[in-house]
Amino acid sequence: MAGRAFALTVGAAIVALTLGTLALVGLRAEGGWSTDYSALRFTVVQAALSALISVGAAIPVARALARRRFRGRGALVALLGAPFLLPVIVAVLGLLAVFGRSGVLNQLTGLAGLPRIDIYGLHGVVLAHVFLNMPLAVRLILQGWLAIPAERFRLAQSLGLGPRGIFRHLERPMLQEVLPGLTALIFVICLTSFAVALTLGGGPAATTVELAIYQALRFQFDLGRAASLSALQFGLCAMAVLLALRLSAPGGFGRGLDRVVDIAPAGWRRGSDTLVLVLAALFLIVPLGAVALRGAPILVDLPAGVWWAAARSVLVACGSSVLVTGAALALALTPGRWVDLVAMLPLAASSLVMGTGLFIGLYPLVAPEAVALPVTLMVNAVLALPFAFRILRPAATTLTSDYGVLAQSLGLRGVARLRWLTWPRLRAPLGFAAGVSAALSMGDLGVIALFAAPDRPTLPLMVQQLLGAYRMDQAAGAALLLVLLSFGLFALLDWGGRRGSAL
Amino acid sequence: MRHILAFLCLIPAAAGAQDLTVMTYDSFVSEWGPGPQLKQGFEEECDCTLRFVAPGDAAAVLSRLRLEGTRSTADVVVGLDTNLMAEAEQSGLFAPHAATPALDLPIEWTDPTFLPFDWGWFAIVMNKGTPVPHSFEELAASDLKIAIQDPRSSTPGLGLVMWIKAAYGDRAPRIWADLADNILTVTPGWSEAYGLFTEGEADAVLSYTTSPAYHAIAENDPSKVAAIFNEGHYLQVELAAKLATSKNSDLADRFLAYLLTPAAQTVIANTNWMYPAHEVPLPDGFGDLPRPEKTLFLAPSEVADIRDAAVREWQAALSR
Amino acid sequence: MALHCENIDIRMDDFRLTANWRIETGARVAIIGPSGAGKSTLLMALAGFILPSAGHILWNGQDVTRMPPADRPMTTLFQDQNLFPHLSLTQNLGLGISPRLRLRKDDHSRINAALDRVGLGGMGARKPASLSGGQQGRAALARALLRDKPVLMLDEPFAALGPALKTEMLGQVADVADTTGATVLMVTHDPADARRLCGQTILLAEGVAHPPQDTIPLLDHPPPALRAYLG
Repeated sequence: MAGRAFALTVGAAIVALTLGTLALVGLRAEGGWSTDYSALRFTVVQAALSALISVGAAIPVARALARRRFRGRGALVALLGAPFLLPVIVAVLGLLAVFGRSGVLNQLTGLAGLPRIDIYGLHGVVLAHVFLNMPLAVRLILQGWLAIPAERFRLAQSLGLGPRGIFRHLERPMLQEVLPGLTALIFVICLTSFAVALTLGGGPAATTVELAIYQALRFQFDLGRAASLSALQFGLCAMAVLLALRLSAPGGFGRGLDRVVDIAPAGWRRGSDTLVLVLAALFLIVPLGAVALRGAPILVDLPAGVWWAAARSVLVACGSSVLVTGAALALALTPGRWVDLVAMLPLAASSLVMGTGLFIGLYPLVAPEAVALPVTLMVNAVLALPFAFRILRPAATTLTSDYGVLAQSLGLRGVARLRWLTWPRLRAPLGFAAGVSAALSMGDLGVIALFAAPDRPTLPLMVQQLLGAYRMDQAAGAALLLVLLSFGLFALLDWGGRRGSAL
Repeated sequence: MRHILAFLCLIPAAAGAQDLTVMTYDSFVSEWGPGPQLKQGFEEECDCTLRFVAPGDAAAVLSRLRLEGTRSTADVVVGLDTNLMAEAEQSGLFAPHAATPALDLPIEWTDPTFLPFDWGWFAIVMNKGTPVPHSFEELAASDLKIAIQDPRSSTPGLGLVMWIKAAYGDRAPRIWADLADNILTVTPGWSEAYGLFTEGEADAVLSYTTSPAYHAIAENDPSKVAAIFNEGHYLQVELAAKLATSKNSDLADRFLAYLLTPAAQTVIANTNWMYPAHEVPLPDGFGDLPRPEKTLFLAPSEVADIRDAAVREWQAALSR
Repeated sequence: MALHCENIDIRMDDFRLTANWRIETGARVAIIGPSGAGKSTLLMALAGFILPSAGHILWNGQDVTRMPPADRPMTTLFQDQNLFPHLSLTQNLGLGISPRLRLRKDDHSRINAALDRVGLGGMGARKPASLSGGQQGRAALARALLRDKPVLMLDEPFAALGPALKTEMLGQVADVADTTGATVLMVTHDPADARRLCGQTILLAEGVAHPPQDTIPLLDHPPPALRAYLG
């Protein structure tokens, strides 16, 4: 039962860092609580639209990837990890290079004599969120697809079920299991969006709750308002997660024997799958290409400090990735609704409130700069945990329901169980989760600014410093380096996990 | 190996005989800001160790000091601006300084606590060759698309709201309504907006009259220009102050005095890209910069009184 | 020397099953009854996956009611999923000797001997997916042989096999039980299985697991509840 104790410890740590920091901010508050209803409305609307469209668009892409084998498929699956890992400002500039006023698309429409496309507004916010989150959705749905045992597809084929029948009897139940949790995940990610929503929203009509929190903490020093707005975000997160748990129906496919079966339907579906894949690849590759083209010429002569910052960031990312993957696995293997809820909390946490609360809690005890590294590591780990958890949860649940009894009857437990059952069966999602955690830890800087030692910045902080010092070119180069390193770490770990599995 | 470890870890180096802790905003202490050179310059003459703490932008600095309260270990703060000054004063965390240098500012400055160390005029910066407007009304009538910062999260953003308020008073909402279709978008901070401008997405950006000097001097790129407006330009003054709780009060005063020496002022002008607050020869490129005829400025106490209402006006006019 | 169910009461939602009897060591007992009567549930309770809400399970007088499944004096062949698909046969069998898969040289020879015994000699490196259903059942049986527990429980593990194959498998079970001297409990829906292998039979009906009776007279003169099931 050491696993359960560990899971409880992890859960307690998450609650302390999310709700605990919120409470610390609230306790320091002098004024009353208040909310901002127009910001709340916009926040919920954009997050809901972003989540629904990301997931809706991801389904055909995941299906095409699940049933087609082609050259470059592995690369495309890996690339799906990339947009999600981009620093926000880099992603925005990449998207603007395509959809902006002087972007590729408007140059094309200009040539064709069509009216200009205006990206700024609710649709721009949603587009950016879809760009950032749809690939993640594809990966998670694809996992669900590949988790349907080949035996069931064979049965379906032997019964003469066409693609439509397969959808009804196999794919739809799988989607019913995967989609609610996934939609809630993306909804909550978009809930705390701040820079994307404001920049692409085009103005103060696109105010999110997170911006209101920023304003309250930084400009009004109204801790009560910040705490109440942050509590509101937690409330929305809890509602989304509980709703998802209600809607989610277990697929109940039973177990397979790891056989491989060809499920690719021919006919017009071959064409539609190709079209879907080409469109999705373009949607991802063109903005990413813009980022790469912009930064590549500068990459060779970046200042030395950037490389040191990169080394520091890689170190933090590796440490945090180990921490996250272990903690997420412990939680994922623990049954119970409280686990699903607790594991999602960090997503709803306002990073600014978390940083402020940590600061209030730690300042009387230690000099903030002295604990910069452990705090950075821990906070990045907690922020990445929901993703790792979401990646591992379905596979871990299946693992327990499929092999829990057998393992128990054989006395397979502890390290032996990890080595002979959990690791071999969860290798692919574990690698994916470790990769995502590492890359997310590379990119994040929201919380750590309050703690950072100014002369030893991490890479994202360095990009920020370059931007703040007019050095847009070098910033673009450093941002590209950040993306390459994040993606490199991600791809390495992800590949390590997927090697030898069907994904 | 130990050297590398120390470098990789974010743990600060050991303290010297006497320690002076200076809290400031992050771009001040970056490799390209004034911080490193000022540290070297001051340490040469003070027999002390200067330590920077940089918790974020200027607003974050004040917020952090208020969180630390009377337990703060900071001796000096550098980089608050005039729009945050009233709140800083109200916090009671700062003490009058001992330096009384002659200041070179477009306005009279007598405050005993907050010491200006550089200043600049906000301005709309654009590319040469684009038709340059000469007022907000001309800007509103043009087709230019401009990127601005949000006054709720950025000091330049707040500066622009105060600028229009100072220039137009009760007509400010009208001006904002007219400007609405020229505002490409609103960003959380200065760097996002400036990025949109240099990447060609925005025709113009809210920045400073001195911004073109950076491109001219550091990048040898003379293509940027600040539009000079007839109604005048709003002034931003960057301030330093001594913490009331400082245990190194004398050393803190010496640092404030040092900030206004010609050596330090030259460093600041060349790295912060703002006008020096004390007469020193201006860097090349600054001399050619156009200067506004008229300076607009609202007293810090006035800013504190009207800020929330002005931001609400801005929000209402642009939300439509 | 016996397996003793002492006033066992299993409750799950609106399902209920009681049992109060003992089985002597070395006996071979079939568990039959209509589908849904709780045959598998009874086995799961004995194996330690379901905790009875009342009563005790005793083995030779020792209370094993709360003992973890792997520590009990029992080994179970489930309806399916007796093997881990990602492990080779050798590894799957090895888990029966050492759950940490720390196998010494003589462990390997024991595994090979067990594989030989069930007719899978030389197939130790294969993965379960490349075996037929009958071969998978035999591999699981080989592992039960290696675990060498006093009670062997089978939950219709051969239901999917053809009649000839099933007969052969039951023969092997009897063979293994003879070797290890194990007490056998086997859930089945086929009275022929009970006649072939088991001297005694526990009849499950209307929420009660009746005490074991001699199989032949029971099947020849079935009480009403069993007659309804046998048809």
